[in-house]
Amino acid sequence: MQELITRAKELLADGTVARVLGWKIGDMPYNPEPAYFETVESLDKFVYNGFCGANLSKYMIEASKLEGKTLVCLKPCDTYSFNQLLTEHRVDRDKAYIIGVGCKGKLDIEKIKKTGIKGITAISGAEMTDACDTLEIDTIYGKKSCSYADGMLERCHVCKGKEHKIYDEIIGESRDTADGERFAEVARIEAMSPEEKFEFFKSELSKCIRCNACRNVCPACSCRKCVFDSTKFDSAQKANVDSFEEKMFHIIRAFHVAGRCTDCGECSRVCPQGIPLHLFNRKFIKDINEIYGEYVAGAEAGSRAPLVNFDTEDAEPSIVNER
Amino acid sequence: MQRIGVFVCHCGSNIAATVDVKKVVEVIASEPGVVHAEDYQYMCSEAGQEKIAIAVREKKLTGIVVCSCSPRMHEATFRKAAERAGINPYMVEIANIREHCSWIHKDINEATEKAVILARAAVAKVNLNTPLTPGESRVTKRALVIGGGIAGIQTALDIADAGYKVDIVEKTPSIGGRMSQLDKTFPTLDCSACILTPKMVEAAAHENITIYTYSEVEKVSGFVGDFTVDIRKKARFIDADKCTGCGACQEKCPSKKTPSEFNRGLGTRTAIYTPFAQAIPNVPVIDTEACIKFKTGKCGLCQKICAAGAVDYTQKDEIITEKYGAIVVATGFDTINLDKYDEYAYNQSPDVITSLELERVMNAAGPTHGHLERLSDGKAPKEIVFIQCVGSRCSDDRGKPYCSKICCMYTAKHAMLIRDKYPDVNVTVFYIDVRTPGKNFDEFYRRAVEQYGVNYVKGQVGKVIPQPNGKLLVQGSDLLDNKQILKEADMVVLATAIEPNKDVRKIATMLTASIDTNNFLTEAHAKLRPVESPTAGIFLSGVVQGPKDIPETVSQAGAAAVKVVGLLAKDKLTTNPCTAKADELLCNGCSSCANVCPYGAISYEDTLVNDHGIRETRRIAIVNSALCQGCGACTVACPSGAMDLQGFSNRQILSEVDAICR
Repeated sequence: MQELITRAKELLADGTVARVLGWKIGDMPYNPEPAYFETVESLDKFVYNGFCGANLSKYMIEASKLEGKTLVCLKPCDTYSFNQLLTEHRVDRDKAYIIGVGCKGKLDIEKIKKTGIKGITAISGAEMTDACDTLEIDTIYGKKSCSYADGMLERCHVCKGKEHKIYDEIIGESRDTADGERFAEVARIEAMSPEEKFEFFKSELSKCIRCNACRNVCPACSCRKCVFDSTKFDSAQKANVDSFEEKMFHIIRAFHVAGRCTDCGECSRVCPQGIPLHLFNRKFIKDINEIYGEYVAGAEAGSRAPLVNFDTEDAEPSIVNER
Repeated sequence: MQRIGVFVCHCGSNIAATVDVKKVVEVIASEPGVVHAEDYQYMCSEAGQEKIAIAVREKKLTGIVVCSCSPRMHEATFRKAAERAGINPYMVEIANIREHCSWIHKDINEATEKAVILARAAVAKVNLNTPLTPGESRVTKRALVIGGGIAGIQTALDIADAGYKVDIVEKTPSIGGRMSQLDKTFPTLDCSACILTPKMVEAAAHENITIYTYSEVEKVSGFVGDFTVDIRKKARFIDADKCTGCGACQEKCPSKKTPSEFNRGLGTRTAIYTPFAQAIPNVPVIDTEACIKFKTGKCGLCQKICAAGAVDYTQKDEIITEKYGAIVVATGFDTINLDKYDEYAYNQSPDVITSLELERVMNAAGPTHGHLERLSDGKAPKEIVFIQCVGSRCSDDRGKPYCSKICCMYTAKHAMLIRDKYPDVNVTVFYIDVRTPGKNFDEFYRRAVEQYGVNYVKGQVGKVIPQPNGKLLVQGSDLLDNKQILKEADMVVLATAIEPNKDVRKIATMLTASIDTNNFLTEAHAKLRPVESPTAGIFLSGVVQGPKDIPETVSQAGAAAVKVVGLLAKDKLTTNPCTAKADELLCNGCSSCANVCPYGAISYEDTLVNDHGIRETRRIAIVNSALCQGCGACTVACPSGAMDLQGFSNRQILSEVDAICR
């Protein structure tokens, strides 16, 4: 982290960048938050550790409109989102100075709490310089520990790999933390009967409080004006009259990001209700892979996604219909 | 609020027998916006249209719904009627209560309920309709014909005779196509070359025709009246202006072993070659894969021998870009691959040949100089078996489900010609049915049977087994006698199914012309618009549209030419106002729409927008309404809903859905 701060200070001081987009220390040891740093001094509050899960790519939409370059810290999986935004002309590459930051998996405080660790006052072992295998946790009930892997976000168990897809320089080591089957949960739901599926989604989605956190954090949900906020469409009104309105919102959202979602998992990370929202998107990804061949959104800037592309080799609509 | 008039047509008994039209009128009259509803026997008639005019006048209508047949049938009629009555034609919607309702239902209650629902949806749409005004686009007075066979040549000649410039693009080194490979033609038995070559010469000499042989269409952009096409003129390595066509180069060329495409691989050709003696242009090409000079750098004999100095090994492919008002597809056919038909031993014995190969064998300029002989040993055959429907009318995926149409007649022709020239040869034809619909066709077939003694056996052949003695054992069944036949033959001829040329998929994609499951191009209407593609400005000529013989091809070629001339005769075209438009306040500039646009109609401009006080420059999608065909692909791809189709807006469509689901 120190190397990162030193380099950021350098770039800020010599005028290469006008600001730094990173994370600052939060009010608890496990909740650092995204922040802009415009002075060398302010960088003393900069933090980068295992709890810095937030994907900063989406902030670059607004940062691209500002004067001067913005130094942005992107983890390997965040670079997919940045590439996708670049493909969609939503961010300006020339306005970004990308430092690819090392990542050894990001932590999920809810998961740690679920292991029974409560009243946390301090955590060590989450710093990026460490080997990241055990978390030593001070609580008001005494010292506890938890393995790093057990505390990791779901998305890190299906890690896309340690390679940064776009960057100006890389600071820090990364590791591939994948140890799970990415589509296992989707396949399990696919195997359900329509009634079971509906019950499953109803039980999950009815927890939704329509706080819009998933939409606001999602790098693919980058529309200037969301159809749910616009009076031009009847989407919001139509959803309102449905006794199960949450499904309309989430299904429409899933369709809108289909083929553009990089599976960054931010939707599920930020959901205050713990709804596994990424499953919708992952179902689309699985279908796209099966119908149009393997495709990873954001793996390459400027690539043409299967859903907004056509060629003579494409599956005929009848084949898609039969599924 | 609109003031909508609903007009329910009986279509004689077509609709009224299955739909209670009075009930439809009664129910629809209370829909929001509807101020007038009536029914009439034939809305499309003069009197029916007059009813619309009267209602517009008396009830001050602003919108019209006609519940009748498909909009493809009479939408234009009712739009014109509305315009005459003083209403914008795009304020008219059709509820299709015939094809979508009365014709497919038997129960009057069900059909009536559905008719009401369809009418309701149309009313809901008209409530949101806005007047639209079509624009104009120019017409480039030049046509492109893709394919230089008889279909392409005839179309080009007819267009050129009408006074318009035409370019023919032909993939092979010469125009002429399949017809140039044929020996005689049914039902008159005149020589194919004798009737084709004068047309080839005429086309080449015509002041309005430019022929690009050994060339392929590489890129097409634009739209009806204003296409831009890139044509790749492949390097011939011969300067066509200098070449005298003396043929000395071909005589001297030491590379002589390449199978001749023109002779269907039955003979060989040199590396520098013209496909056949009457080729147009009479300018050879060098096949770089066979040429010793290109392979090893040594040789160069043709260049040394050429008195005109026409051989140029450094020639490069050339891209010609030209504008056209109309494009005719005349890419023709090939016979299907027989790899899946092992039972006929085509790949095992040289004495099993396709009918097209037999054409070359019978032709005086062919590999056997016109002598009927076995290709294995050159001996004269005594017993020949013809097998019909090889790969045609096939129910599995080995062949084609359709009838290739020409095989019955050419097999009768082959059988007759053989019996005429070699009366000692026995000819047996195995057939499923003999199909001879055509002028003088059945008479022709009967002559083969009655005068020439060709033995027709109703039944299919199960297997052809090459024998150690060089003969072919044919195992078939005679369905009329209900017995199995085992016959020793010297030659077997397969009436192989025909299919559109392989390139047609690529060409159809470039032209955005629709194609059916058998790779034939689709007509705009199977009966009423058979030579037009549903894509405006694209026309069909010859087998690319469906199997047909020479007389039919020539008729269709002429018909396509008339359609092209009809288009080129116009100075301006009216454009469809139902085009897409981006809402600049909603557009993200993400390019999804441009990526899916099949017409290249969408570009982006950095535009200064004022979004409720926020003034900033944004990348905004701009639709070129002249290029846009209103397909709506962009509206579906747009994540923010910024892209909308005028006349078919998302709101209109959703309100129709709501009306149906009510």
